[in-house]
Amino acid sequence: MKVLVPVKRVADYNIKVRPKSDGSGVELANVKMSMNPFDEIAVEEAVRLKEAGVATEVVAVSCGSAVCQETLRTALAMGADRAILVETDVELQSLAVAKLVKVVAEKEGAQLVICGKQAIDDDANQTAQMLAALLDWGQATYASKVVVADGSIEVTREVDGGLETVRLALPAVVSADLRLNEPRYATLPNIMKAKKKPLDTLKASELGVDVSPRVQTLSVYTPPERKGGIKVGSVAELVQKLKDEARVL
Amino acid sequence: MKSLIIAEQTGGQLSPMTGNLVAAASKIGGEIDLLLVGACGVAAAAESARAFPGVTRVLTSESAEYAGFTAENVAPLVVRLAGNGYTHVLAIASAAGKNLLPRVAALLDVGMVSEIVEVVDANTFVRPIYAGSLLAKVRCAERVRVLSVRATAFPAVAAGGSAAPIEVVAPSGERGKSKVIGQQLAQSTRPELTSARIIVSGGRGLGSAENFAGTIEPLADTLKAAVGASRAAVDSGYVSNELQVGQTGKIVAPELYVAVGISGAIQHLAGMKDSKVIVAINKDEEAPIFQIADYGLVGDLFQLVPELSRAIASA
Repeated sequence: MKVLVPVKRVADYNIKVRPKSDGSGVELANVKMSMNPFDEIAVEEAVRLKEAGVATEVVAVSCGSAVCQETLRTALAMGADRAILVETDVELQSLAVAKLVKVVAEKEGAQLVICGKQAIDDDANQTAQMLAALLDWGQATYASKVVVADGSIEVTREVDGGLETVRLALPAVVSADLRLNEPRYATLPNIMKAKKKPLDTLKASELGVDVSPRVQTLSVYTPPERKGGIKVGSVAELVQKLKDEARVL
Repeated sequence: MKSLIIAEQTGGQLSPMTGNLVAAASKIGGEIDLLLVGACGVAAAAESARAFPGVTRVLTSESAEYAGFTAENVAPLVVRLAGNGYTHVLAIASAAGKNLLPRVAALLDVGMVSEIVEVVDANTFVRPIYAGSLLAKVRCAERVRVLSVRATAFPAVAAGGSAAPIEVVAPSGERGKSKVIGQQLAQSTRPELTSARIIVSGGRGLGSAENFAGTIEPLADTLKAAVGASRAAVDSGYVSNELQVGQTGKIVAPELYVAVGISGAIQHLAGMKDSKVIVAINKDEEAPIFQIADYGLVGDLFQLVPELSRAIASA
């Protein structure tokens, strides 16, 4: 079974991002970039499936400009076997990424695609579901446990009331939630090995899909700051404030 | 303008966030048709749903393939209905809504706007990005605007005084892609986290599952509050995942949020910073939670929280 893992290059989760000075977007110049943390979890799960003898090959794919090769090298260092860059300088939104990954999934004959549940930059939480729709495959989002059986897959999902287990026919799309696993760190020897692993490039413009942006960002701004309040000295004072000042008791 | 809003129901009980969904659709204006699907209980939920002012019609479809509300089976129905001249399709950004809508959007070949917190006009919306540290104003002029709605950003419309007609629509059939085979849903007599008036949340500072139960729950009992938790508390196994408040858990905005032993990581703040009044109890006076708390109390939570329970009970 071949497993495909789409990975996205995003501003590192430790970075406090700011709007551009003209408010037209997010300032990403000279910002440290990393693999989307949910995608790291997806890569880890795929690599574990290979280590368990369930997956035969793990292929990482990223869509974007040439710098996304760095992100793919990280996936290779974590244990992916091969990588594919779908290269374009167009700003890609979820639907466009889903269309591009669909082409790759079909070319590769992937049986399982594991995505991160959302990217921590645009927080859209769309690509996995859109990809499943376009492929006409089943989808198991927000996975906290994945068990592959013969021709099917059982996924425990994090839902609002607790947990839910779904059984999907393969091929299928899974999106990884936080508690699916703890991704490994790429070790130095594995980073060195990753440099020799195959990384192919496809031109997005040659894949015959419409990748034009569908949603236009008019402006990006900082939300109104919540002002800090006061420190109270005792429980009695807190109760009095909650009753008389805030009037919530 | 004509909106199709997808409400959720469980066993005939309408989701408490339906009023928030109607509120968001009302901001867009025009007709609002409310869709209810399920394997059972749909008629009972429709009786509640028809009472919302602003709802033009309630559409219902009850069929076995909607058990588990799987996106694979529900999306084709929504796509078919969307062809009836709807300009907008909306659902709450719940786990079920977030799972369903992108599938609908892709089948319609339209871009989608996630977790809107403001409707500027019929094509313009505001949504948080980067875990809520920034807001983006976006324009979506697709033929159908598919939108998920952050419930806390739209104060609920109260049901009552209205009786929209109910129409039954044909189901779309079993797609055979997926099946819900098990559920472990928390049984609780407490208010639901996302609609509670008061929430008491615990963090890593509680130290253990026993301490969490022994400290947080009595205060929640006294306040008739829902219980929440930080990601650290969930990851440490003190409580189960459905109680997590934060960017990747539940987004809440109660009248009173009491954060106990929670340092205030950005991803937690993203889930609760719109609460009306925030109280923080923490031993570390430098904890970031104090920067957004209206009332901060520095000290040992194992002394202060029981003392607070007693003081409120006797007040």
